[in-house]
Amino acid sequence: MDMKKLIKTAGPIALLFLLLFVLEKTLPTTSMLFVVLKKGAIYALVAVSMNLLNGFTGLFSLGQAGFMLIGAYTYGILTIPLEAREAVYQYFDGGIVSFTVPVLVAIAAAGLVTAVFAYLIGLPVLRLKSDYLAIATLGFAEIIRAVFQWDKLGPVTNGSNLLKRFPVFTSTLFPFAVAGVCIAVIVLLINSSYGRAFKAIRDDEIAAEAMGINLAKHKQMSFTISSFFAGIGGALLAMYQTTVQAAAFRATMTYEILLIVVIGGIGSVTGSCLASFLFIACSEWWLRFLDEVTYIGAFQVPLLSSGFRKVVFSVIVMIIVLFYSRGIMGTKEFSLDALFRFFKKRFGKTKKEDVAG
Amino acid sequence: MGFLETNLPYIMAGVSVGGQYALIAIGYTMVYGILRLINFAHGDIFMAAGFMMVYLSASLPLYLSIPLVIILTVLLGFLIERSAYAPLRKAPRMSIMISAIGVSYLIQNCAWYITSGLAKQYPAIPWISESVTVFSSTTKMVTVITPVLTFMLVAALVLLIKHTKFGMAMRAVSKDFETSQLMGIKINSVISTTFIIGSFLAAVGSLLFFSNYMTVTPTAGSMPGLKAFVAAVFGGIGSIPGAVLGAFIIGICENIIKGLGLTTFSDAFTFALLIIILIAKPTGLFGEKSTDKV
Amino acid sequence: MRENVLHIENVTMQFGGVVAVDNLTVDVNKGEIVALIGPNGAGKTTAFNCITGVYEPTNGLVSFFGETIVSNHPRGKMKKLYAGQNREFCTKVVSQTPDKITKLGIARTFQNIRLFKNLTVFENVLIAKHMRMKQNFLTATFRLNFMEERRVREESLALLEEQGLLGVKDELASSLPYGVQRRLEIARALATDPKLLLLDEPAAGMNPQETQELADFIVQIKDKYALTVFLIEHHMDLVMRISDRIYVLDFGKLIAHGTAAEVQKDKRVIEAYLGVAEDA
Repeated sequence: MDMKKLIKTAGPIALLFLLLFVLEKTLPTTSMLFVVLKKGAIYALVAVSMNLLNGFTGLFSLGQAGFMLIGAYTYGILTIPLEAREAVYQYFDGGIVSFTVPVLVAIAAAGLVTAVFAYLIGLPVLRLKSDYLAIATLGFAEIIRAVFQWDKLGPVTNGSNLLKRFPVFTSTLFPFAVAGVCIAVIVLLINSSYGRAFKAIRDDEIAAEAMGINLAKHKQMSFTISSFFAGIGGALLAMYQTTVQAAAFRATMTYEILLIVVIGGIGSVTGSCLASFLFIACSEWWLRFLDEVTYIGAFQVPLLSSGFRKVVFSVIVMIIVLFYSRGIMGTKEFSLDALFRFFKKRFGKTKKEDVAG
Repeated sequence: MGFLETNLPYIMAGVSVGGQYALIAIGYTMVYGILRLINFAHGDIFMAAGFMMVYLSASLPLYLSIPLVIILTVLLGFLIERSAYAPLRKAPRMSIMISAIGVSYLIQNCAWYITSGLAKQYPAIPWISESVTVFSSTTKMVTVITPVLTFMLVAALVLLIKHTKFGMAMRAVSKDFETSQLMGIKINSVISTTFIIGSFLAAVGSLLFFSNYMTVTPTAGSMPGLKAFVAAVFGGIGSIPGAVLGAFIIGICENIIKGLGLTTFSDAFTFALLIIILIAKPTGLFGEKSTDKV
Repeated sequence: MRENVLHIENVTMQFGGVVAVDNLTVDVNKGEIVALIGPNGAGKTTAFNCITGVYEPTNGLVSFFGETIVSNHPRGKMKKLYAGQNREFCTKVVSQTPDKITKLGIARTFQNIRLFKNLTVFENVLIAKHMRMKQNFLTATFRLNFMEERRVREESLALLEEQGLLGVKDELASSLPYGVQRRLEIARALATDPKLLLLDEPAAGMNPQETQELADFIVQIKDKYALTVFLIEHHMDLVMRISDRIYVLDFGKLIAHGTAAEVQKDKRVIEAYLGVAEDA
């Protein structure tokens, strides 16, 4: 029984990786598909980590960009090769960090450092309720951004200058593997006893407390774990972008991740994953044509010019928010079984109708 | 004396910015008082008013463009409420907040599209953009006008809320949404009016703010918006005098910090203040405490 | 003399100018069913909230099996008001959070049912078991606690079977009919392994037939799980039938206390319920 389940989950994943591998071998590396896949995988991880907080624990936090920033910087600071430090930290005499660690260790460290920061931030903020919590975490993200740009910390953070020349990935398989493992761990957590406790807090704090669930401890746990994975997401984003600058981690980034979570369905892990690939594909690839001035014969298609893509895109987002507030998946999870059932039902129905007709 | 002399320009700039924040903060605090919604789009309405002024003043004389900007901003606020918030009135609070974030995203992207992401020069408005000398330091007229105008508008608003039928309806709605509905108050018109007042003040604030800062960008609204919200929380959300006081405190502190050469931290300071107040006294300076019924 | 389970002494709860509970003293002994009755707004639920740590009382003490779980003394402005009441023992502030109190063995249900609406019946019960599981988030995530998990699942299934809820175990709690939701709430409270069960209007919205069944049910679970029951109820027939003793509250004050027969005859109780004929 368990073996069957294992094959059912492991099989498609193995197939997916095989497919990615084949794609990488066959398509040109400049294909937009790889941009979407790489960035999509990273955003999927961050969106799932945000969903753990917003969708499963009911804590409305808007600090994700700040935590990604910490992760990205930790990764960058720990992995810039010694010989490149002089050039990167040109205004700060090569910085004060004089060692490097392997890439995977640095990624884990990015998560851990972020988790430590989140723990400390969580101590005061998690006592706040819904929207106050949102605005306080947003505030902390802004503070983090300011602190990392402070020139007094330059020897470590390089002030407001770029961090660059750290090891990056070229294969799509890498972000998929890291994000995949992380998302799997989050799913395991959500389905564990602690996950149930988180959901209880989401549904009714007072009842959860009356059932012996320590609110402070569990909220803190969810917040810290979510931030741990946001930190790892930040490290991956740094690798993807090849450079890091604190100024880029604005509240808008958090909003985008939040919108991904909403589009996918608050409370659905697979929804968040699907939505992030869709989101990235739309904004980076499929809607690109909207940004280009286009002529059909001598006729210039109206409206199309730089930035129109984002307008169309945000209108779509608003339509989803207003009319499909449950998102793609609602709180359900995507699975092959469910997909088969769905088609069967459709198919079965049409058959019946045919008979009736 | 030495401190005051060196810091006077900063304090004056602070009072001026504080007044502008106050005008935005009122919009936040009124909307929050009624809908329990952080209207994330409010800062962007403020930014949109800035761009309207840029484009309208290019083709129209000022005596036409200024009233038109105010009218259009009010209309924008009203339409946002009707299209993005009104349909979600029965939905969980989180959905409305997400909708507000979505609207903010939409307005910013529209502004980016229209301007191609370039900063626009704000038109100089005669008289209020002129320089004056106060206590041996030179500043713009707008610096002096802002606090005066702010106080006048706030006084008018407080009178409106305390002494008119509409004000009473508004206070009732903010106390208890459902009961006031049962008492025959037309909730939707009260909410719309709240947004109209908030947008009106944001438009006035934007005239003053951008006359001072000279340029408008698509993201120009988000930071002042957030700061104004912090001011509203600081003063006790729902309380108009509180929001005004909070805005002045934030404006002045921020400029003093800039004066000390810590410009990077002027934004961070605001949020630090927010977090301190939320932890020490979550209801703000003048807020009312509410208890959840079990 | 039976062992004292719950001891409430001079508990006062004040919200602004309203004194919701005024100097309440109650004792509940082991194996008893004790009822707290009173007109609407008499402060019964507030008293429950003080016991379970949802509110911190303005003044007074609550102990459970002799261990102080809540104790507060007035500070600031309130000090003058309550000077003299039990000054000697309420010197130290003890205030446990509701989860700690539940862990000690006090479980409760709510007046307006508070189930985890988006979770299944089975999950609702499993959540109540969470606090007693030997695990941490790492062992739980990586399923190293599978023995615990299995034990808890079996116990929960057994409990659901006993309560006749096994058939609906995979239904969402919010989809159940009202009466079943009430039963589930009690089952969930039992899953926390309580020694004392606080029931807040368990028969609200039930017809006489259902109320009858509920009365039998309460006695039955009390014997089976060796519980002590402290309940708030409006259905007088239920209260009179199963309670060993009754406390009557009116406007936050204790106005009578005794067995069902004693309370029924008390003049002040009759006044409180029927009102005083002012000029009769």
